[in-house]
Amino acid sequence: MSISLLQGSFIIAGLLFILALAGLSKHETSRRGNVLGAIGMALALVFTIFGTVLGTGTGALDQAAPRWAVAVIIAAMAIGGAFGVFKALRVEMTGMPQLIALLHSFVGLTAVLVGWNSYLEPGHSDKLHYGELFVGVFIGAVTFTGSIIAYLKLSAKMKSAPLMLPKHNLWNLAGLVLFAGLTVAFVLLPESQHVGQGGALGLILLSALTLVALLLGLHLVASIGGGDMPVVVSMLNSYSGWAAAAAGFTLDNDLLIITGALVGSSGAYLSYIMCKAMNRSFISVIAGGFGSDGGVVGEAKDLGEHRETSAPEVAELLKAASSVVITPGYGMAVAQAQGPVADLTSKLRALGVEVRFGIHPVAGRLPGHMNVLLAEAKVPYDIVLEMDEINDDFESTDVVLVIGANDTVNPAALEDPTSPIAGMPVLEVWKAAQVIVFKRSMNTGYAGVQNPLFFKENTAMLFGDAKERVEDIIRAL
Amino acid sequence: MRIGIPLESLAGETRVAATPKSVAQLIKLGYEVLVETGAGAQASYPDGDYVGAGAEIVGRATVWAADAVAKINPPTDAEIAAMSEGATLIALVAAPRSPELLAKLAARRLTVLAMDAVPRISRAQALDVISSMANSAGYRAVIEAAHEFGSFFTGQVTAAGKVPPAKVFVSGAGVAGLAAIGTARALGAIVRATDVRAEVAEQVESMGAEFVAVEAGEQQESSDGYAKEASEAYAEAAARMYAEQVKEVDIVVTTALIPGRPAPLLITEEMLATMKPGSVVVDMAAANGGNVAGSAPDELVTTPNGVKIIGYTDLAGRLPTQASQLFATNIVNLMKLVTPAKDGLIVLDMNDVVQRGMTVVSAGEVIWPPPPTPVSAPRPAPPPLKEPKAPRDPRVTYGVLGVCGLALLGLFWASPAGLLGHFMVFMLAVVIGYYVIGNVSHSLHTPLMSVTNAISGIIVVGSLMGLRQADSSIAIAVLSIGGILLASVNVFGGFTVTHRMLKMFRRG
Repeated sequence: MSISLLQGSFIIAGLLFILALAGLSKHETSRRGNVLGAIGMALALVFTIFGTVLGTGTGALDQAAPRWAVAVIIAAMAIGGAFGVFKALRVEMTGMPQLIALLHSFVGLTAVLVGWNSYLEPGHSDKLHYGELFVGVFIGAVTFTGSIIAYLKLSAKMKSAPLMLPKHNLWNLAGLVLFAGLTVAFVLLPESQHVGQGGALGLILLSALTLVALLLGLHLVASIGGGDMPVVVSMLNSYSGWAAAAAGFTLDNDLLIITGALVGSSGAYLSYIMCKAMNRSFISVIAGGFGSDGGVVGEAKDLGEHRETSAPEVAELLKAASSVVITPGYGMAVAQAQGPVADLTSKLRALGVEVRFGIHPVAGRLPGHMNVLLAEAKVPYDIVLEMDEINDDFESTDVVLVIGANDTVNPAALEDPTSPIAGMPVLEVWKAAQVIVFKRSMNTGYAGVQNPLFFKENTAMLFGDAKERVEDIIRAL
Repeated sequence: MRIGIPLESLAGETRVAATPKSVAQLIKLGYEVLVETGAGAQASYPDGDYVGAGAEIVGRATVWAADAVAKINPPTDAEIAAMSEGATLIALVAAPRSPELLAKLAARRLTVLAMDAVPRISRAQALDVISSMANSAGYRAVIEAAHEFGSFFTGQVTAAGKVPPAKVFVSGAGVAGLAAIGTARALGAIVRATDVRAEVAEQVESMGAEFVAVEAGEQQESSDGYAKEASEAYAEAAARMYAEQVKEVDIVVTTALIPGRPAPLLITEEMLATMKPGSVVVDMAAANGGNVAGSAPDELVTTPNGVKIIGYTDLAGRLPTQASQLFATNIVNLMKLVTPAKDGLIVLDMNDVVQRGMTVVSAGEVIWPPPPTPVSAPRPAPPPLKEPKAPRDPRVTYGVLGVCGLALLGLFWASPAGLLGHFMVFMLAVVIGYYVIGNVSHSLHTPLMSVTNAISGIIVVGSLMGLRQADSSIAIAVLSIGGILLASVNVFGGFTVTHRMLKMFRRG
């Protein structure tokens, strides 16, 4: 097959990927965006497979793959694809963060495999190639173990508390220094020591690098607390993009570079939005050291008495209200309460109550997590508002239902400069006439900070499982 | 605690300080309510309704002996004498104009909450009877004018000919003025209004009237929400404007009051002489000296050229049912404020500007006037701004950029030729990625992430290409196949899960 045809298909695929991302930024065009992305992918895959199987006839390297490769490609893609589709169809919307973290790890691991593969392939011997390859394997390996740890933390297979090694920033730095040193050594290695000439030192260096990167990824994410996962997930998303781009450099493949750079920069920008929402510095997130204060336990100050209420009382309150805002948090996902919450919403709307949702940018464990859950429960997206859109309206709101959110509605962020979450923009629910907080107990949230909201005069606590309590309220209505 | 609601003794007073509805609310706050026989009769609240709401109907002496008495007008000497020592009185007392009354109240060791001394701050609006009474009075002023006016307010084209709409001019856009504007507009008239405070033009226009400004350089604003006396030059300009307006209009409503001073004279005899016969002027400030030459309190005066001047001072009282309800609600809101525990006990918090402002006599001690309260709530100190960055010398900026550019250029010069072509593609894609999702909707973050995940599965291309060398080494074949397997999970899983999620988003 002609090399021009193959590269032409790559150009078209690259354009389609750009359109896919552009489409995904608006609701109206989002589905079309996804379809365009899939078309681009299909195009690139089909032409690559043909190119691989038939060869492009541009030199010794571009020989055709052996005949048996066709069967292998089809089998591998069928198995991988079937597994992916199966997972995608079965995943609970509350389990979305885990799935996405797992998928990131696959990209990372593939990047490592591609790097190794490219090293073992005969024919490449310039120093530039070695450098690119090294970078690609490094980013890929960091993404791989980082994503695995994120996956384990998100699916509660591992404690989400941050791992606190002494001087953990130093460990990260040591990892980077080792990476730099190994890269220089690898590039400067005499050609006879590389695998192409039968040398073993190159292989040893590459193995050492892979090990260092794997450990670095492990440590980077392990030292970040579960509460910061939305940023971590989008950061890993960005890393997986950079890994693909680095693989593109290694393979001289512009499609990989374009796609990787698109994903990398969009993921980095998304992380940046998240960081701003949490008032964290972007640089320290990328460096992974930002989780260091995640374990700080707020001072056990005596904030006074909290008031308890009951489901029938809340039902009365809601019936009498004219405007209600619901601010969900991770607790709603844990309790799987989005269905009953949606029922409650439609009941109240039928009674003529204006119901809206206020979503904090970092609510949940994934950027946009709450929106996905509410969409699953068929809450119309035009009543689901962002923090900035709704914060000014709390003053004129009769009742706010805080369902499983804590740090994102904590007035201490604005009022107490000594608080660990000081300066983080929060949903200012306490300005409403009445606030009902659904909570399992009086424990603190992920940031470990006590929440003065619970002790405010216009706040009442409704203890218990959020799903059951919401169902109680629906019955009482 | 027992609250007494007496029958108003002032001649011509039709209102009452509590209604059945407010009685129920007071009882909810923990109070017992005693209502004098027939207290609400003139406001169309029969005794039976009060009983129905939980009040007790009692005689005059019992009402006045209650722990607290809520009424409308200032009490007479006899009424003060009938109160028990140490009791609380809630009423209008006109503190600035009646020092003797305050002294008498203090002598009985009473605590007096003046309903007409509510500070004009947003929080206190719920108990501001001046506003609620002015609202009723403004409405009634227009109704009285319409009653005396010999023509329609609204314009009509009928078989019997065209009816021109009435032109109404309202002076003073306070609560009463705005209420008058609204009422006159609702009746269909063409309304113009003026005020010394130019900032109320927007409010006037929001009520559907045209704002007529005084053509003078000076404008005033007041820190306590009331108008002040204006300077001479301003007064002349204002007089010219009034003279022009009154010639044209059919109805004039004046509401200009300056606290603690006689009302300013706005419409002179000469101006009245230029008005059309049959025009009506309502002087809402008649009780305080009047804005209109020749107006008399509580009377309807007709000038020689047939202009009627209404000087009624009981305009709110002419709507006894509604005015009572508003007044009663203001009292309930006051009681909510001073009954923090909802246990039927009055607890005054002298640190609260509203309660401090209203308390003119505290346990026998005259504490009027209160320290001044600014209308707007004290603004919280602006958050300490970051040290404003001195604008950098552009030469420095360009210098830094130039050095960076040169450094990069040097780096590129030294780099292998093959790299740069790819690097260009890379940089462009980074920038596109940033712009393409620059304004992504927050709710689409998760689908965006899963779709980027799917497309980063493009790395499968790398593994596919690896297969070309599969024959040369087992390791290459295994690594390639492993890569294809993993990346396929991404490609297929990512697009599928994105599709699933996007399908769920729907508009309400």
